[in-house]
Amino acid sequence: MKSKKNWLRNDSVQALLCSLICVCIGIIIGYLVLLAIDPSGAGQAITAILKNWMNSSMANLRLKNLGSTLVNTAPLLLCSLSVLFAYKVGLFNIGASGQYCAGMTVALYAALAWHMNWVICMILAILAGAVVGAISGALKAYRNVSEVISGIMLNWIILYIANMVLSNVKESTSTYTLKMAQNAPQAILPTLGIDKLFNNFQYATIAIPLAIIVAILIWILLEKTKLGYELKATGLNKNAAKYAGMKENQNIILTMAISGALAGLAAACLYLTGITQWSTGTTSVPGMGFNGIAAAFLGGLSPIGSIISSYFIQHITLGGTSINLSVYPSQVADLMSAIIIYLCGFVAFFKLMLNKWLDKRESKGGK
Amino acid sequence: MTTFVLLLQYTLIFASVLTLVALGGCYSEHSGVINIGLEGIMVMGALGGAMVMRFAPFTGFTLVIASMLGAMISGMIYSILLAFSAVNLQADQTIIGTAMNMLGLALATVIVKAVNMAENTSNVSSTMVYVEQKKSFIIRFGHFEFNWFMLIALIILVIAFIVLYKTRFGLRLQSCGEHPQAAASVGIDVYKMRWSGVLISGALGGLGGLVYILAGVSEWKFENGVAGFGFLAMAVMIFGQYKPLRIGVSAVLFGLFRALGSVYTGFPLLVALHLPSTVYNMLPYIVCLIILTFTSKNSRAPKADGIPYDKSSR
Repeated sequence: MKSKKNWLRNDSVQALLCSLICVCIGIIIGYLVLLAIDPSGAGQAITAILKNWMNSSMANLRLKNLGSTLVNTAPLLLCSLSVLFAYKVGLFNIGASGQYCAGMTVALYAALAWHMNWVICMILAILAGAVVGAISGALKAYRNVSEVISGIMLNWIILYIANMVLSNVKESTSTYTLKMAQNAPQAILPTLGIDKLFNNFQYATIAIPLAIIVAILIWILLEKTKLGYELKATGLNKNAAKYAGMKENQNIILTMAISGALAGLAAACLYLTGITQWSTGTTSVPGMGFNGIAAAFLGGLSPIGSIISSYFIQHITLGGTSINLSVYPSQVADLMSAIIIYLCGFVAFFKLMLNKWLDKRESKGGK
Repeated sequence: MTTFVLLLQYTLIFASVLTLVALGGCYSEHSGVINIGLEGIMVMGALGGAMVMRFAPFTGFTLVIASMLGAMISGMIYSILLAFSAVNLQADQTIIGTAMNMLGLALATVIVKAVNMAENTSNVSSTMVYVEQKKSFIIRFGHFEFNWFMLIALIILVIAFIVLYKTRFGLRLQSCGEHPQAAASVGIDVYKMRWSGVLISGALGGLGGLVYILAGVSEWKFENGVAGFGFLAMAVMIFGQYKPLRIGVSAVLFGLFRALGSVYTGFPLLVALHLPSTVYNMLPYIVCLIILTFTSKNSRAPKADGIPYDKSSR
């Protein structure tokens, strides 16, 4: 009996339980929306969203679609790590999208205009993200500007800069940047045989294992090192950390720089595979950073949980594009992830209720 | 000359949007709830107003009133998501606000696409067109297009000043944002006050969203949302030190920079600088960052802003 209680009181079990409940409610609401639009195909559509790559009839196509989902999961995982790392230090990095965009701009420009190889492109992307993150951090530390507002403003500023800079390396007939395969093969990430696993899907590169390794490194940094401890202490109580001799302003800037670096790396991991091109006519901030917020909270703010939640969110997002688009809008999947984050806001409340209920049961058992 | 009239017109209409939304934020923050979801509320308000314009059989001034109500009511209903979670369940207001921004965008896009598809199966866009309806909102004085919302924003600004500083409700509302425990000790229902603060901010944010989509063009692609205007409005509010009259002034300043992006081609001096047009698009956001850098140090935010109130903890 006692071991069972401990099991439900375990923090990770509670986090997992909360996430599962959020996901279930999100799926139910998504289904209801589909029903409201057109009841006849709703069942089929929701299974298409949930099955994603498993939907294809042929085995090799399934593998390719799984590969494509994983290629998109890697940047999302890195973005969610960016958000969760900042959040652990008490900062809400809504500017991950802008940092991602900065990384994308620099990586693509270095690849297409300067013909750098992939290592340098990736390092430059990381630096670009870190610089943008550090700006938000410095404004927060020294000028008391909320990182949420500076993040949003930087998102838009960088989006416009990206369009301006990348229009120098775009195709002459369209708004898209030049194709990587023809114009910058030296900057494409190596596959190291990973593509063979996915039926020669050439975009499956080292980005996938790299993202997972980074997730583990971030977990070690946060849980096992002195720096991680100091950063978390700063997040819990800035004044107490200062009193204990930690440099709280420096910690805030460092956190945002690391957080930005992760978002910059995320962009390099997607755009340097050559799977997609950037359109210089884009008028909205890329959603990757915002989805990173969803993945971070759905993963219970743990780097390891993020691996699963990022995959899940990418799974339903790509599933959303495979539904019958002449009847249902693909944004139904976005709607589901938004609802999931909204519900994640209640996690603290839900845990409180669960613990109260457990207390009650225990005291009853004692009688 | 015409360019100056155009600049004035755009400045005033964008200032109206920012005033309305910033005042919305002001009510919510004075009651003690940070409303980051203003962007999503604006989108939902715009959706409500656009739906009225599309389906209601009104014309002329009745249409103005009806779509205004449509926008305010849908903004208010949407803000219940924030009020319930932030006030009753003490949820993290930043996460909830962010989720509301994403949800508003996705929900509005899904609804508009569904409506478009229902009318014409080959129309899968998220664009709403309201060329005819827009004429009801505008009176022409020579080159100047007067929009009713310029006047409405001014009236709401004056009302906000009176409500917040001269009425019992406003002072009580502010006390809940400064020190909710003290407010509760003299018999003020903090939950009720915070609910009203958030609902008012939903109504004003929704109205601001409608004004935004009516500002320049006669159609709106809902996939694009409102381009960070909800957050610009928050910057206006912070720069205005959470005080209605200052908010009005700073809204005009930010509106001017936004308007420059639309009409700069008419000024020979600005054209002679040969700056790319994207620089003008960035301008309001850059100005916002710079201004915040110099004004946030002495923030006048309500003291209990963003801190959930729990009746049982003192």
